[in-house]
Amino acid sequence: MARLRLIKAINEAIREEMERDEKVFVLGEDVEASIFGDLRGLFEIFGKGRVRNTPISENTLTGMTVGAAACGYRPVLHIMFANFLFTGMDGIANQMAKARLMSGGQIELPITIIASYGGGRANAAQHSDTPYSAFMNLGGVHLVVPSNPADAKGLLKSAIRCNDPVLYFEPAGRGGEMGDVPDEEYLTPIGKAAVVREGGDLTLISMGTTMRMTLQAADRLAEQGLECEVVDVRTLAPLDEDTICAAAARTGRVVIVDESRERASAASQIAAVIAERSFEQLKAPIKRVTALNAGLPLAPASEQYLLPSVDKVMAAATEISKNVRVSE
Amino acid sequence: MSKNLSPDVSECLELLETMHVIRYAEEQLGEDFAAGKLPGGVHLSVGQEAVAAGICAHLTDRDQVSSNHRGHGHFLAKGGEPRHLIAEIYGKQEGCCRGMGGSLHVADYSKGIIGANGVVGAGIPVATGAALANLMDDDGSMTVVFFGDGASNQGVLQESMNFAALWKLPLLYVCENNQFGQFSPTATVTAGVISDRAKAFGIPVEVVDGNDVRAVWQTMARATDHIRSGNGPMFVEADTYRIRNHFEREHLIVQTPYRSQEEVEKMRRERDPIKMLQEWLKAEDLADNETLQAIDEQAKTLVKEAVAFGDAGTPPPLDVGLKYQFAGTYN
Repeated sequence: MARLRLIKAINEAIREEMERDEKVFVLGEDVEASIFGDLRGLFEIFGKGRVRNTPISENTLTGMTVGAAACGYRPVLHIMFANFLFTGMDGIANQMAKARLMSGGQIELPITIIASYGGGRANAAQHSDTPYSAFMNLGGVHLVVPSNPADAKGLLKSAIRCNDPVLYFEPAGRGGEMGDVPDEEYLTPIGKAAVVREGGDLTLISMGTTMRMTLQAADRLAEQGLECEVVDVRTLAPLDEDTICAAAARTGRVVIVDESRERASAASQIAAVIAERSFEQLKAPIKRVTALNAGLPLAPASEQYLLPSVDKVMAAATEISKNVRVSE
Repeated sequence: MSKNLSPDVSECLELLETMHVIRYAEEQLGEDFAAGKLPGGVHLSVGQEAVAAGICAHLTDRDQVSSNHRGHGHFLAKGGEPRHLIAEIYGKQEGCCRGMGGSLHVADYSKGIIGANGVVGAGIPVATGAALANLMDDDGSMTVVFFGDGASNQGVLQESMNFAALWKLPLLYVCENNQFGQFSPTATVTAGVISDRAKAFGIPVEVVDGNDVRAVWQTMARATDHIRSGNGPMFVEADTYRIRNHFEREHLIVQTPYRSQEEVEKMRRERDPIKMLQEWLKAEDLADNETLQAIDEQAKTLVKEAVAFGDAGTPPPLDVGLKYQFAGTYN
């Protein structure tokens, strides 16, 4: 096991996949300079033919990946901030999410888009969104959301090898976080959640940027005598309903922590699935801890007010731990 | 090399047959729509056949064509099978896209037909990516994107031209200026000359009579020479005219006429690309009536067979959308 920073794990994944398959290439704005650090050094290794610095033209870039993929390539598009996915929305929503279906399955679309998402760093409203739930509704793209270096590498390698489009949501501001990464080659499967902590009193479910606060909340709840099972969802589409529902059923008390906004959040979908499949096992209402329904302001305290926090997770957990279903 | 090439007689007759096939197929679809036979709508390119035929005559299966909502002609001219087109638009699983796409999305990737597109201008970024693949393949292949005067006002065209000029992509922009963007005459929604926009990016431009198939063919000979030699993109503005409505039965929803019937009839009479080629061939003594009639009949028969194939087709299974959505495989 090596201790690696999250951005270094991403970097290794791309380098290994580019070495493995010459059809893999990277494109995006300032990928040569790699101001996010996750692509650093790749230009020097693979050259300008395979690490393509592009104009700032998201709307064309997303559509270009479809054309290149349909002609046998495996583009990895780095879009920088996830908000810019909205700028390139036609290529994602109308083209890559539908081209295979519309063609009657004639083509594969091995496209990976890396987008850094999330708030809490005073980047103001256009550089801090957590937009993955909007993409959950498209139907034609897979969505992965790693929370630690090992999954960051394993999920990205799977995304690049996947013959369908994958949006890879990189947790913003977590690039420096260290974690154990296996030395040998491995893949983290798309569509599989992970139980990262066991405990019989409550089930906490989260993903990506909010995993850290969720685990911190689990530590503090343990100090208060509440043992939490914690699930890292890792893939939002397709959702690992079996793992999620089994974890929910084991304790019957569920808190879902998610940085997307409350209305039609990822947590909303997860809550709906649990309510449909595991209602009989629930002992209390499902609680969602999400961002509130507003854009994120610059002023740090005002931004934090809207975001999930350890305290909010604790409050939700405490509330439902007292709750007993009348029917029991 | 091919700078001053003109189509020879046999090439002219092939162009004629291609245009006939497109015309017969689309007139059939117009009738089918009026009869309530089609599950969806159709946008027909009647009167614009010369652009598709003249451009695609210079392409092989290795080259890509990215098309638009008025894309039946591009599909057929690029080598798509008429029976696969008709069956697709009839919503049958024997269609080119197994009944999943229909008129707006006809595609045959094995022939380099990488999709018509229902979003105006959206084929341009897709073509840009395909041209990037051509460049990386470095095998002399190229991509053509067909779009209209309407799509010229989409931002992606300017973005794409910047990419193509910067990276010398083997990409041909073919703007079919058919004088109308949906229900608006081009001049009411478009400033300046469309092809001048390409000049701003240093992209060579040719403006051609899009109803003169020989002129289109000659322009394309020069364009392929330029592009396949590694000189980067070119832009062709083909001046043409949309004879039929934006979509069939538009008269039921459009309250105020946006063009006169006299204008349409005059264009149909005087500027029909099929008639223009036939008359030229006769005037030059290159083909007699009998030859022309035989080509006409051949095209008619091909379309009749395609219709029979489409009629005999079967609707796809109900759950097939879920099946085609994802490949579900890993490399």
